[in-house]
Amino acid sequence: MNKAQRRAFDIAVWALLLTMPYWMGAIGGYTELATRIVVMGLAAMSLNFLLGFTGVLSFGHAAYFGLGAYGTAMAIKYLAQGTLLSMAAGIVIATIAAAIIGALIVRRRGVYFAMVTIAFGQVFYFIAFRWNVVTGGDDGLTGWHRMPIDLGLANLDIFGNDKAFYYFALVIFAICVAIMAMLLNSPFGRTLLAIRENERRARFLGIPIERHIWLSFVISCLFVSVAGTLYALLNNFTDPRALRFDLSGNFVIMAVLGGMRFFWGPLIGAAIFVALQDYISSHTENWMSAIGLVFVLVVLFFPRGVLGILRGRSAE
Amino acid sequence: MTLLQVRNASRHFGSLIAVDDVSLTVEPGELRAIIGPNGAGKTTFFNLISGFFKPTSGAILFDGEDIGALTCEQRVQRGMARTFQVTEIFPELSVADNLRIAAEVAAGLRMKIWLGGAIRREIDARVDELLSMGNLTDKKDKLVGALSHGDQRAAEILMALALRPRLLMLDEPTAGMGDQETYDIARLIRRLHKQERLSVLLIEHDMRVVFNLADRITVLAQGRVLAEGTPDEIARSETVQAAYLGKAAA
Repeated sequence: MNKAQRRAFDIAVWALLLTMPYWMGAIGGYTELATRIVVMGLAAMSLNFLLGFTGVLSFGHAAYFGLGAYGTAMAIKYLAQGTLLSMAAGIVIATIAAAIIGALIVRRRGVYFAMVTIAFGQVFYFIAFRWNVVTGGDDGLTGWHRMPIDLGLANLDIFGNDKAFYYFALVIFAICVAIMAMLLNSPFGRTLLAIRENERRARFLGIPIERHIWLSFVISCLFVSVAGTLYALLNNFTDPRALRFDLSGNFVIMAVLGGMRFFWGPLIGAAIFVALQDYISSHTENWMSAIGLVFVLVVLFFPRGVLGILRGRSAE
Repeated sequence: MTLLQVRNASRHFGSLIAVDDVSLTVEPGELRAIIGPNGAGKTTFFNLISGFFKPTSGAILFDGEDIGALTCEQRVQRGMARTFQVTEIFPELSVADNLRIAAEVAAGLRMKIWLGGAIRREIDARVDELLSMGNLTDKKDKLVGALSHGDQRAAEILMALALRPRLLMLDEPTAGMGDQETYDIARLIRRLHKQERLSVLLIEHDMRVVFNLADRITVLAQGRVLAEGTPDEIARSETVQAAYLGKAAA
C-alpha cells in the first residue's frame, strides 16, 4: 500500500465516521450504536498503541477504562462538576494509577506482564464491586447523567440530543487518534517499533527499554481512560463490568480481529465486535459464542486481521 | 590513552569458568581480533565488555573510566556499539527505517515527538550515507527481514556504525556467509578501520579475514589467553599451532 492509497483509506475512514449517525438507521442501527463503535474503537486503538506498536500485551486495560468511567461518574454525581472537568478527573486518576502500576510491572515480559496486568486490573474491579457506599457496588453508579456543555456562545446539549453527543465523542476521538498518529510517526514512536521488533537490538542502540515501555503503557492507558470517560457519559451509568478483565480481553479481541499491525485495524475490529454484539444479543443471550467463532475463524485464516485481508488483496 | 582496558576479568557460571583471568587492551584506531576454538569464552568475554553480565572478578575500563556499574544502554551511549553472532535487526521494518532509528537515537532524538525540517534532512542524509556505505541503497525500502543473510549482517553493522561508536565490537560478522559476502564485509571493516580510524574488536572464525585485517590477535582457549601478538607472531607461535590450529586441522 503506497502513500496515496493510505491517504485515500484515511479519508474514507473519516468520511464514514463523520456521516455515521445518518446512515446507521438505514442499515438497522441507531445513533447510540454509532457512538459505542467510536468509544470502543478509541479503547481498542489505545490498547493497540501498546500491543501493536510496542509489542507488549496487556490484559488489564479495562482497569484504566473503568477508572476513567468511575472518575467521571463520581465527579458528576458527588462533586456536581461539568462534563469536561469530570472527564479530566477520570483521565487524571486513571493515568496516575497507570503510571504507578506501570512502574511496578515494566520489567516483566510476555505472559508474565499480561498476568500482572490482569491481577492489578481485578484489584480495581473488586474495589468497585465491594465498596457499595461509594461505587454503588454490583448495581453500578446511577443517579447522574451527562451535563450539557456550555461553550460560551451556545449550549451543546449532549444530554438531550443523541447526535450532538455522537459528534462530541467523535471530536474527542479525533484528538486522541491524531496525537497517537503523531507520536507513532516521531522518533519516539519509532523507538517503540524498535522495541517491538527486537528488544536486544533496541537496547544495544542505547534505548532505555523499560523507560520507553513504561511511557508507552502510560500513554496507552491515558487514551483508554478517555474512552472510559466517554463510555460512562454514553450510558449515564457505570458498573464494575467496565473494570473487569473480560472487557480487557474484548479490547484485545477487537485489536487482533481488525489487524493489530494497522493503525485503523482496532477501529474496524471494534465496529465488527460492537455491531455483531448488538445484532446477535437481540436474538440470543449467547452472543459471545458467535463473536468467538468469528474471532477464531479470522485468527486461523487471516492472522493479520480483517485489514490484513484487504491490504493483502490490494498489494497483489 | 588506551580506549579499552580489561584487567584480569573472570566470569564463572556455577562451577564452569567461562572466562578465566583475561586481560586485554585496545588502543584507539586498533583492530584487535579474538580467535579461539568453540567454547573458548569469546562471546562471554564480549558480553562482559558490553554489560550483559558483570565479571565475577576483574575490572573493565573504557577511556580510563571504570564502566563495571553501567548498564548495557549506558555503555552504548559512551560509545560502544556491537553486533551479535545471530543477527539482531528489526525484521519487519524497512532497511532505511532500521538505520533511521539508529541514526535518530545516536543524534539524541529518542524522546522527540516532532522533528523540524533541518534535523529531518540531516537524518535523511545520514541514512543515505550509511546505505551507500553498505551497498544497500537500492534495497532501502525492502523489509530488512527479506534481505539475504549477507545483507542482513551488513545492515546490522551499519546500525552499529550509525551510532558513531568509538569502539565497534563485531561477533563473527562473516558467520554463515559465502566467499563473496565474506569479502564484501571484510572490505567494509577494513575501510572503516583504515579510513575512519575506527577501533574494532572482532571475534572471527574465518582465518583469512583475521590475518588480513587484524593489527593484533588474541587467542583464547578454555577461557584463558593462550597467546597475543601480531598476525605474524601468532602464525608462527607453536603454542597456538599445537592447541588451536593443530586441533582444527585434526
